[in-house]
Amino acid sequence: MTTRAPSEKATTSSTGTPGMGAGPRRHVLDLDDFSAAEIGALLDSAEAMREVMDRSIKKVPSLRGKVVVTLFLEPSTRTRVSFEQAGKMLSADVINIGGAGSAAEKGESLLNTALTLQAMHADLIVIRHPHSGAPYFLARHLRSTGVVNAGDGMHAHPTQALLDLMTMRRHLGSLEGARVVIVGDVLHSRVARSDAFGLAASGASVVLCGPPTMMPLDLLRANRDGGPDGGPDAGSNPGPGRSLPNVTVEPDLDTAIAGADAVIALRLQTERQAAGMLPSLREYTRRWQVTEARMALAKPGALLMHPGPMNEGLEITSALAHGPTAQIEEQVTNGVAIRMALLYSLLTGTEERP
Amino acid sequence: MPTERLLMTGEDMRRVIARIAHEIVERNRGAGGLVLVGLQRRGVPLAHWLASAIEAFEGVEVPVGALDTNLYRDDLTSRPQPTVRATTLPVDVDDKVVVLVDDVLYTGRTARAALNALMDLGRPTQVQLAVMVDRGHRELPIRADYVGKNVPTAADEQVRVRVGDFDSVDEVVLVVDASLVAAEDGARA
Repeated sequence: MTTRAPSEKATTSSTGTPGMGAGPRRHVLDLDDFSAAEIGALLDSAEAMREVMDRSIKKVPSLRGKVVVTLFLEPSTRTRVSFEQAGKMLSADVINIGGAGSAAEKGESLLNTALTLQAMHADLIVIRHPHSGAPYFLARHLRSTGVVNAGDGMHAHPTQALLDLMTMRRHLGSLEGARVVIVGDVLHSRVARSDAFGLAASGASVVLCGPPTMMPLDLLRANRDGGPDGGPDAGSNPGPGRSLPNVTVEPDLDTAIAGADAVIALRLQTERQAAGMLPSLREYTRRWQVTEARMALAKPGALLMHPGPMNEGLEITSALAHGPTAQIEEQVTNGVAIRMALLYSLLTGTEERP
Repeated sequence: MPTERLLMTGEDMRRVIARIAHEIVERNRGAGGLVLVGLQRRGVPLAHWLASAIEAFEGVEVPVGALDTNLYRDDLTSRPQPTVRATTLPVDVDDKVVVLVDDVLYTGRTARAALNALMDLGRPTQVQLAVMVDRGHRELPIRADYVGKNVPTAADEQVRVRVGDFDSVDEVVLVVDASLVAAEDGARA
């Protein structure tokens, strides 16, 4: 069990940003400062949100008059639409800004863009950025506007991890003691990192599997200073890295997958081959592709998940991707529900504009 | 420690349920077309009690649903955040008589939120309200159709309805020194 002590959580609950103090959470930057209890409460609330999604009139008035801006400076369909839909179902006003067509094209700095949005009284900025740490930077400089990390570089993607946790909890009943295999390019995967933190906090054990050149050895080095990989904005990071005793590395997929409750296949970015991190796609496929035969080694009924978009025939076979164990569409549905729960949690309650 | 005064025992509550069950059936001339909808959380077990009582003397199984009003509250930004719980209606409420069931009627704001929540889910022909305790201090033009007990209270007091499903005892108490209640709530959660 790696559940954090409540006192420890209280000191880092908002962002870990100096001077933030305790109080209601304003930002969600990664899952490394979430306790099992906080994750559990969000998943519970997301279950209630799924009921709203199932209605013929898919809208409740909870966030009437709240402004949510999605600032996506990297391509994305599902995450951006998911946040937009989540906001709209809760009656928030959602404004979408992309890289193209915005002042970012004219060279406006990220900070100035964010300050402009804050001056327009945006309540929350949902940011996707190619650089690790960009959301932390904004959270430090914004006074009244909250920040949600929708993926920053190779660092973190907390809402994807939450939807993965929700999907697993729905099917497994509990995350406590579950064995979850994350296979692929873990080193460059913000999804894998956030998944590992969320799963470890929830009492699951995580097995990371893939080419040794793609294993995040730093993540496993307990209690090192600064955040993962020296940290985005290393000097101001929340403090010592989280110790993750429940996370192990197993390069052989057959061994890793044996007895697993769930398998998360990661998207392989084929340009990594050019960077010399992969021998060949053929070898990758032979050793680390999730196949029917390999899934047969997992527990009966084990879940297969993928954060998308998939390279069918590379990290996952087409038959599996569309087979009965695949949770890929379920993940997308849960993604809207968990983002509704998160927006509700961040934008209601007292003292949200200190 | 907050001081508690016992208002109703479990036995008193059971008698009230039996009486209200009869009143509901009398007013609606039978139990056909009725749906009992408990407001999360303690209205839900009370709605089940009413359904059992009605079934016992009327022989009709009345469907019971649960409604969470938190997504419809008007004070979402002025008080600590409540947990959103399940909303489940076993049947379509269109053209039904819906009896909302709650533990305490106070400002009327929960009942207002419940009406809005219900209207998003369908169009009942009639909506009625049944509560275990009416403690006064209404802030909206809302009244209950069925009341277990009228309890005059001061604003700084609290009425706590306890039901076995959540509290391991059935009783209604008046919490006189309510200044410590928030702390107790925190410990309970």
